[in-house]
Amino acid sequence: MKTVKKIFSNQIVIPLAALIILALFNLIADPSFYKITLGLNSDGNPVLTGYLITILDSGAELAILAIGMTLVTAASGGQDISVGAAIAISGSVMLRLLCGPTANSQTLLMPIACAFLIAMVVSMLFGAFNGVLVAIFKIQPMIATLILYTAGRSIAAWINQNQLPVVVDPTFKYFGGYIPGCPVPTAFIIAVICMIIIGLVLKFTNLGLYTQCVGINERSSRLNGLNPTFIKILAFVIMGMCVAVAALIKVSRISTINYSVIAKDIEMDAILAVALGGNALSGGKFNVWGSIIGAYVIQFLTTTLYKFNVSSVALPAYKAVVVIILVVASAPTVRDKFAELSKKMKSKKSVKEAA
Amino acid sequence: MKKFLAITLALVLALGLAACGGTTTTTTDTQDEDEATELISVAIINNDPNESGYRTANDNDLKAMFTEENGYSATFYYSLKNDEQIAYAQQAIQAGVDYLLLSAADVSGWDTVLQDAQDNDIKVILFDRTIDADESLYVASIVSDMDQEGVTAVEWLESQGLEEYNIIHIQGVMGSAAQVGRTGALDDKVAAEDNWNLVVQQTADWNAETAQQIVQSVIDSGESFNVIYAENDDMAKGAVAALDRAGITHGVDGDVIIMGFDCNSWALEELLAGNWNYDGQCNPFQASYIDEIIKTLEAGEEVTEKTIILEEKGFDATTITQEDVDTYGI
Repeated sequence: MKTVKKIFSNQIVIPLAALIILALFNLIADPSFYKITLGLNSDGNPVLTGYLITILDSGAELAILAIGMTLVTAASGGQDISVGAAIAISGSVMLRLLCGPTANSQTLLMPIACAFLIAMVVSMLFGAFNGVLVAIFKIQPMIATLILYTAGRSIAAWINQNQLPVVVDPTFKYFGGYIPGCPVPTAFIIAVICMIIIGLVLKFTNLGLYTQCVGINERSSRLNGLNPTFIKILAFVIMGMCVAVAALIKVSRISTINYSVIAKDIEMDAILAVALGGNALSGGKFNVWGSIIGAYVIQFLTTTLYKFNVSSVALPAYKAVVVIILVVASAPTVRDKFAELSKKMKSKKSVKEAA
Repeated sequence: MKKFLAITLALVLALGLAACGGTTTTTTDTQDEDEATELISVAIINNDPNESGYRTANDNDLKAMFTEENGYSATFYYSLKNDEQIAYAQQAIQAGVDYLLLSAADVSGWDTVLQDAQDNDIKVILFDRTIDADESLYVASIVSDMDQEGVTAVEWLESQGLEEYNIIHIQGVMGSAAQVGRTGALDDKVAAEDNWNLVVQQTADWNAETAQQIVQSVIDSGESFNVIYAENDDMAKGAVAALDRAGITHGVDGDVIIMGFDCNSWALEELLAGNWNYDGQCNPFQASYIDEIIKTLEAGEEVTEKTIILEEKGFDATTITQEDVDTYGI
């Protein structure tokens, strides 16, 4: 009985349940949803295809961003809404470095890893900028990141002087596609690597504990010798790293960039993933795995809606309905109510048993 | 500390407003007015050039035309919001410009301000987009006929003589003029012909990655298709990425016909390489037409044609030349 209760009080239950319900729905509606085939892509490399693979692949960026967003939420009690714009900047920097100032270089001007690292530094700096506004100047995270949210895409366009660089080199396609010989989408592999890294960091460092402390009570954590300013800035810098990784996948998918639509509204999906993961958006205790599952729930839902060919105009409405149900169900207050309810039921039962 | 916070907040707000609001750039200084030769002053209200490659090309074209060397003193205003554009128009009227060139963000709400312009003897020329206002309020309009773009594309597709048309239709942002025009022609054709079917009709909001997901979803479902009709180049590119991943051939001699719109240079290169089949033009080069109209009016003549519809081509991969790419690519 105790273990059952423990499972139900775990915040990961709700997103997991949502995932299972979506999976069951698809299984009943059309079992071919789970068909995975091994085919060849146009370069002649073996690749796995199928809806499940598509979900794992397309959801990768969101899952990576959900990691950073969870930390930002936990530490600062607010959200970073500049993620999409930051991806545009980071992607733009990468392409500028690879294609040169005239955006028409036919060969890569530097190794991809090098361009990626520089882009990562840039996006960490932008993350630090957000972090400083939040931690030192005590501006509401949503307001602080509003600056980059509104200016970011223009900055991205400015970095490349509004040209559209297209990377010709086929190796650049690997990150959003497949590495020759490996049938698993690279984006998913990258996401798994990110998950392993954050898992190890949370296990072997105090980052998770400190972040929670700062999120729960900033003042008392300072009295206990922590540095809340540093922890908050660190959260935003980690967010910046996640942004750079997501940007690499995004620009690699189509080998180019469109400043105004790349990763559009992805910040909202990332925040949603955190909420679906059962994390309190006001900060404090957090569970990264919940957020990651939340991210895949969103992608699962999107893919399901595409599969059932929901009409273009109605798509956001369908999504909204499901999201409302999920968010309400995973809200801490609702979960508390449920816990109370089950407690009452149990006590009734035990009364009966006693009688 | 509180004061400091208030100041920073105010700064943030101001910055934010500056960033999301339209940016205004004036290319002329006040001292130009002292010059002996009289410049024709024009105010150009356009959408944000960062919006798309089309808009960038459009803006560059206008900037190249309305220079002092060509006898103009031009002020550029940019905004994607109708109310801001109207405010700019009012500013321009107060500044007393000779001509007001307008690409309106939205079709409605312009009557009052255009009436004001007329009362102040300012001539209004619409470019790129038309508005819902009485024709007497503007002297001319130079617009793209989006419906015609759709018709041209569908006619081209019909000329391919396929036995059966199983089409994946990827739409732009629902309700935009380009989406409505380019969708309309295809919808009519599909309704009229028995062998034209829509496998999927879905919006990707002009977004390449979303288009990729939509096509991926069709591939996963195993349904067969032989045409991808994407309403802009970006989405066509996304669609092709999904096909490449599944090893489906496309373009000239391929299994799937790829159609895009807007004629970006890179898209025309794809056509030239035979990876795509068709690209419909959406002509951003309106400046020369506007210049001609202003010259006519300045000479004291009447404009004969109130509405000029830009000539727009559709390019076929089998006939496109490098010259076309250089001339029409944006």
